Amino acid sequence: MNYLYYPGCSLEGPAREYDLSTRALLNSLDVSLTELPDWTCCGATAAESVSYLLSLALPARVLAIAERVDDCDQVVVPCSSCYLNLKKVEEKVKKDPALLEKLNIVLGAEDLSFTNSTKVKHLLEVLSKDICLDTIQKKTKKNLASLTIAPYYGCQCLRPYSVFDDPEVPTTMGPLLKAVGAKVHQWGMGPKCCGASQMTTKSDIAVNYITDILRAAKGADAIVTVCPMCQMNLDAYQEKVCSAAKEDLHISVLYLPQLLGTAFGLSAEELGYDLNLSVSKNLKQKMKL
Amino acid sequence: MEDLKQKQSLFKDVQKMVQSCIQCGTCSSSCLAVPAMEHTPRHIWRLVQLGYKEEVLNSKTFIYCASCYYCTLRCPRGLPLTQAMAKLKEIAVKTNLKKHKSSMNFYKYFVKNVCCHGRVNEIELMTNYLISTKNPLVFLKYAPLGMKLMGKGKLPFGNALKEKGILDVLFRKVKEVEGKI
Repeated sequence: MNYLYYPGCSLEGPAREYDLSTRALLNSLDVSLTELPDWTCCGATAAESVSYLLSLALPARVLAIAERVDDCDQVVVPCSSCYLNLKKVEEKVKKDPALLEKLNIVLGAEDLSFTNSTKVKHLLEVLSKDICLDTIQKKTKKNLASLTIAPYYGCQCLRPYSVFDDPEVPTTMGPLLKAVGAKVHQWGMGPKCCGASQMTTKSDIAVNYITDILRAAKGADAIVTVCPMCQMNLDAYQEKVCSAAKEDLHISVLYLPQLLGTAFGLSAEELGYDLNLSVSKNLKQKMKL
Repeated sequence: MEDLKQKQSLFKDVQKMVQSCIQCGTCSSSCLAVPAMEHTPRHIWRLVQLGYKEEVLNSKTFIYCASCYYCTLRCPRGLPLTQAMAKLKEIAVKTNLKKHKSSMNFYKYFVKNVCCHGRVNEIELMTNYLISTKNPLVFLKYAPLGMKLMGKGKLPFGNALKEKGILDVLFRKVKEVEGKI
């Protein structure tokens, strides 16, 4: 299986372990990735607040680069924010040919163009739909039966476009976690919002969202995420949340491909565990890392 | 004058987006940020429909939108409500609304940063944003996390792009095309 790969800015910096573990996991599943040459930022959620046209032109540029690569018409995106921006262009252009024309006018200034022929897929979609669950089971060398995992989906891989999962009651991570032997923590917080960039601009209210999520995860050994922003909000501010809530809400938070990769017997180094901000010794022991 | 014209035209866009709102309140009951708002999203859409531009733009409602898309997903009229919230932010940015300066600065610096480097440079973005708050205490608030991330090599100073100003042409063209609208 071949995919184009758009890591996005976070995966070069604060979410490097997501990049490392995604590449390592997909490699062990015989999925080959071609990183888009000279890819640029998708604009995240900030661009739309500055200019609507810019917020579509930035991801359209990424899709134009994707179309230049021969023999592959699907791009996998691990970051939910990047995924939504690329998906948004894919969906909007489908319904609005005039928009395609307008975006091509913008892209034409640097001799780029796009026809909207690339299929945009989130990493979770690839893992849960394109790869057979049997394959995941067969690749599992280390049974994680001692672990209870809380699957956290966040918003932007689910909404507003319901592509591969239910946008209100998502379930795609469940079978993946069970396939590697882990138990699934029963909670309703999976699709709730972590506050995203509000942790920077309005941290007083975003802290409440994180507190609710961490509190609901009590009883699980770890939370797994599929988005760099969710990961950062849940793992980087635990001290702040605990002292404000006056209770111990510490919990390990890791990326889904890190957990699956561990089950496949990949090393902690390959999966970037030393880069995580909150993975407890206890969890590492349980995972025999 | 230019600002006022732009403000009016963008506000009209928002009015178009929510003109068929039936005031059912599904958006408000789906919104996580309602406890922090003085006007619920439903109330804001009514004010938009009735043309209370200043009340809408002076409210904090759209500033608190985290783009979770619950309202858009659930709206029985299928209205692009998250997009309408972003459009209100766009008006605030483009017309330099003083009231929301701090949040708007973050978006502005983000886009400037991307324009300059092609990819986000977190160190520069956060430094510029924190300086713009003119509050040294905010620096102290973020310093421990910044040090931690730096210690783990998660805040690189540069990126792998060889071409400087790779997005210059795109940004210029977007401005030009937008100007024609």
